[in-house]
Amino acid sequence: MINIKVLGGGCNNCKVTYKLIEDIAREQGKRVELEKVEGFQKIMSYDVMSTPCVVIDEVVVHRGGVPSRYQVENWFKEM
Amino acid sequence: MLKKYPLSTFVFLLIIWIVLYSNLVAFADWVVSMLPVHSDSHLGEALAFFIYDAPKVLLLLSGVVFFMGIINTWFTPERTRALLAGRSLGLANILAASLGVVTPFCSCSAVPLFIGFVQAGVPLGVTFSFLIAAPMVNEIALTLLFGLFGWKIAMLYLVLGLMVAIFGGLVLGRLHLEKYLEQWVQDIPKKQISFQVEATSFSQRIDAGYLAVKEILGNVWIYILLGISVGAFIHGYVPANFMASFMGKDAWWSVPLAVIFGIPMYSSAAGIIPVVQALLAKGAALGTSLAFMMSVVALSLPEMIILRNVLSVKLIGLFIGIVATGILFVGLIFNIVL
Repeated sequence: MINIKVLGGGCNNCKVTYKLIEDIAREQGKRVELEKVEGFQKIMSYDVMSTPCVVIDEVVVHRGGVPSRYQVENWFKEM
Repeated sequence: MLKKYPLSTFVFLLIIWIVLYSNLVAFADWVVSMLPVHSDSHLGEALAFFIYDAPKVLLLLSGVVFFMGIINTWFTPERTRALLAGRSLGLANILAASLGVVTPFCSCSAVPLFIGFVQAGVPLGVTFSFLIAAPMVNEIALTLLFGLFGWKIAMLYLVLGLMVAIFGGLVLGRLHLEKYLEQWVQDIPKKQISFQVEATSFSQRIDAGYLAVKEILGNVWIYILLGISVGAFIHGYVPANFMASFMGKDAWWSVPLAVIFGIPMYSSAAGIIPVVQALLAKGAALGTSLAFMMSVVALSLPEMIILRNVLSVKLIGLFIGIVATGILFVGLIFNIVL
């Protein structure tokens, strides 16, 4: 199963990002393991400087803002 | 359509924006004349303020945020870090404060950004200049100031905000506070930062503009409407010159009070500026009002709680003290000079 992590301190943008990915995964019937990472030491281990970030199977695919629906759909297409 | 013809969609939206903006006053005049209340009444004055200013501010902001969303694609935090790494205090503080204006920033990114800077060897004082400027001086604050006060006050705020950030960072840098960082931050190994530019196409940059409008306006519209509502209430119901007695020029003590009250308060610039505009109209002094606004926007309890993850209580205290002192001077000098 694919593992997706949303990194962020828990602000509104992080919640919106999490929900967007959750919704699109459900719409497309993808089975994903979605996680929130809120601890800063853990977040920093991905070497990112702005949040929210999206990590798919330990690869940072997006950082610094809510991704667009189009972007998220593209990630799912490649799976 | 948006994906296929980014340029024509953009031109189309730009034309709509210009048509709307140039007809705003006529539209507001018409709506106000249709109101069933007398324009001289308290309610009439309050509603007129709301009807003139709410659409204007929202429209201006969507335009500026779109434009800044595109500009921001050139100033990612990673590039800013590469520009600041290895510089010493002084000119770098000016650079850091200026980059704080154009680098996209939300207060929950404060910690990753802070650590990213420290890790790359950006001096602490320079990092603080960036951290003071980024939430205080940004496109949202400047657009609202421009829309409600005019370009002179907007420029003044920009220059003074940068000064507070530059000098605040310089002072904090001189104090050598590295030992007051939390232990886990001190233990992070320093490393050489390499930075490569990721190829970004024109249509990706335009997309970033749309996304910024959606994200930022989605977050702040409620603050703007709340702020303008409170402002409208003050306009309609608070007697003229009411504020003069305790926020006026002669009440020098009101500046430190305004700064102290502003520290724990949290509002985005979008919410506080319409309120400040209304206070000013009722006789508050400009210096006192600016000091209050800067203190609310630059220093807030939620941001301090987030920064507590990386800074010791003592360092947070110093940070608040030095920034508040800078803002205090701005307010006092303004009231004396103007």
